[in-house]
Amino acid sequence: MASPPSAADRHQAQMIDLSAVSRHFQVGEQLVKALDDVSLAFDAGDYVSIMGPSGSGKSTLLNVIGLLDRPTSGSYVLDGRDTTGMGDDELAAMRSRKIGFIFQSFHLVPRMTAFENIELPMVLASVPSAERRRRVDKVLVDLNLTDRAHHRPDQLSGGQRQRVAIARAMIMEPTVLLADEPTGNLDHVSGADVLKSLEALNARGLLLLVVTHDDEVAARARRHVRMRDGKVVIDQRTAPEAVPP
Amino acid sequence: MKARDLLHLATESLARARMRSLMMLIAMAIGVASVVVLTSLGEGARRYVTGEFRALGTDLLIVLPGRSETTGIQPGMFAGETPRDLTLGDAKALLRLPDVERIAPLVIGSAPVSAGVLSREVPVIGTNSDFMPIRNLRIAQGDFLPPGELDRDMAVCVIGSKVRTELFPRGDALGQAVRVGERRFRIIGILGDSGRAIGFDLQELVLVPVSAAQQLFNTESLFRILVQARDRDAMRRVQAAVRATLMQRHQGEEDVTVITQDAVLATFDKIFTALTLTLAGIASISLAVAGILIMNVMLVAVSQRTAEVGLLKAIGARQGQITAIFLAEAILLSVAGAAVGLMLGYAASWVVGRIYPSLPVGAPVWAVLMAVGIAVASGVVFGLLPARRAARLDPVAALSGRK
Repeated sequence: MASPPSAADRHQAQMIDLSAVSRHFQVGEQLVKALDDVSLAFDAGDYVSIMGPSGSGKSTLLNVIGLLDRPTSGSYVLDGRDTTGMGDDELAAMRSRKIGFIFQSFHLVPRMTAFENIELPMVLASVPSAERRRRVDKVLVDLNLTDRAHHRPDQLSGGQRQRVAIARAMIMEPTVLLADEPTGNLDHVSGADVLKSLEALNARGLLLLVVTHDDEVAARARRHVRMRDGKVVIDQRTAPEAVPP
Repeated sequence: MKARDLLHLATESLARARMRSLMMLIAMAIGVASVVVLTSLGEGARRYVTGEFRALGTDLLIVLPGRSETTGIQPGMFAGETPRDLTLGDAKALLRLPDVERIAPLVIGSAPVSAGVLSREVPVIGTNSDFMPIRNLRIAQGDFLPPGELDRDMAVCVIGSKVRTELFPRGDALGQAVRVGERRFRIIGILGDSGRAIGFDLQELVLVPVSAAQQLFNTESLFRILVQARDRDAMRRVQAAVRATLMQRHQGEEDVTVITQDAVLATFDKIFTALTLTLAGIASISLAVAGILIMNVMLVAVSQRTAEVGLLKAIGARQGQITAIFLAEAILLSVAGAAVGLMLGYAASWVVGRIYPSLPVGAPVWAVLMAVGIAVASGVVFGLLPARRAARLDPVAALSGRK
């Protein structure tokens, strides 16, 4: 909004456009450059892995893209809108409509059932309850969770919990899915299951960004970004970016 | 977010933290209940006392010896003068005033009353026949003191029903003789239970003619003179006339106090309202304590639910929504606590009312509204700080479990 229209026009094709983004933290006397002059653009519908050692800035990158963290400098255009000058409520609205998060530790609300957890983003967005029920029921079928709808997280397996989290991430029909170590807490079989669910969403046109330590997981993406010390060191493509939706 | 969903979220999270919610609810309930109980007691006392006075009639003047409403120094004080007594002569003079309907002089004391071998100490009031209409007394049996000249000493008495049963456990008391102090009196009437005499239980009284009581207690002076005006409109005139007459009779010295029933009523009303307010204030402290407890527990809840707050932010909750969620919990708790407290308070008041049936207990409306108002307000005020703290959490730190 605050940016000149030309900037938005230039990056029309890109879903995410980070230019010269830095994120600095002051830790005691020391200035930590978690992101150091990063410029990256991601197209709608792409499948990208982000790797790097601990402290390389990959999580910070994901938080900035997810609008949970603000860059210290640089600009970030999400789906044609410059987010740099946005207020808290505007950012919250952007997160609600554009972005789905998937976390390593699931972050389900423990006292709520699977159904209620999935419903939560729509409750916050004031979606009418009949519409909520319809959408949750459909997602439960898609993710093969129908018989777990009224179980609470502690009654679900790790794989089921992460699938509930995926259902919650996609329920508002976002355009970007951000997954931070989505299989980090799962065994091999449930991990594969979760990745399949994520990839199915990617196949429907969502931009999928996966932060991971696992080479096997990373290898499944079509574009690979590797970070070190807050900078992008490798950015390569192993498959064509566009996948017919 | 819709109000219904907000309510649902809040009740759900309160229901999950059952123990914590219960403790806060109890704290708030005790606060509200104590306001209700204490103010109903205060209000009960106020209604009891003003009711007693009102029953005496509001067209009544009370004349008592001495000046009690003096502001400043009177000339007489330097001479070391003591106030003159009220006498029967004064009472007679007052009866001659225009607009005075009735006069009842009072002499009050306590004396042993006996019949045969049975004896007991009872309050004795010396007065005249007009005392009955002035105090709305009822006679259960026989007659009241006969009318006649004030200084006519007759050896008759009227006794309360309890005195009757105690002194004459068997058989009829009417017409029997009793010994009051050193003198013998014939019982001509027995009092019914209705009517009022402040500070005395009518059932335990013995009434004798005023001059008999003066002899009994060996005194010339009167304790009080009750003056009943013809109607309420005449009150001011009568009050002035009474004052002037007694001043004249007391050598120009204004050494009596004339108070109206209304003034007494108003004074007691003021005293007891102040008492009730004090009690309400004391009880409110427990409400404030409950509020602070709610704040504490909510702060703990917020820090326990940091990750949840981070998640809510990640899935698009605005700061205002997060504030609303936590605030709704605090308000819900205090409203529920207030409701439970009201029930407890009313139940306790009811029990007190059953134990002391003569005390018209009942919390005043303002106190109930105040208690509920403070409870809910403290929910808002003390819930706001934790809620805002939650809303301002940094989502990245909150999600990673840091604060």
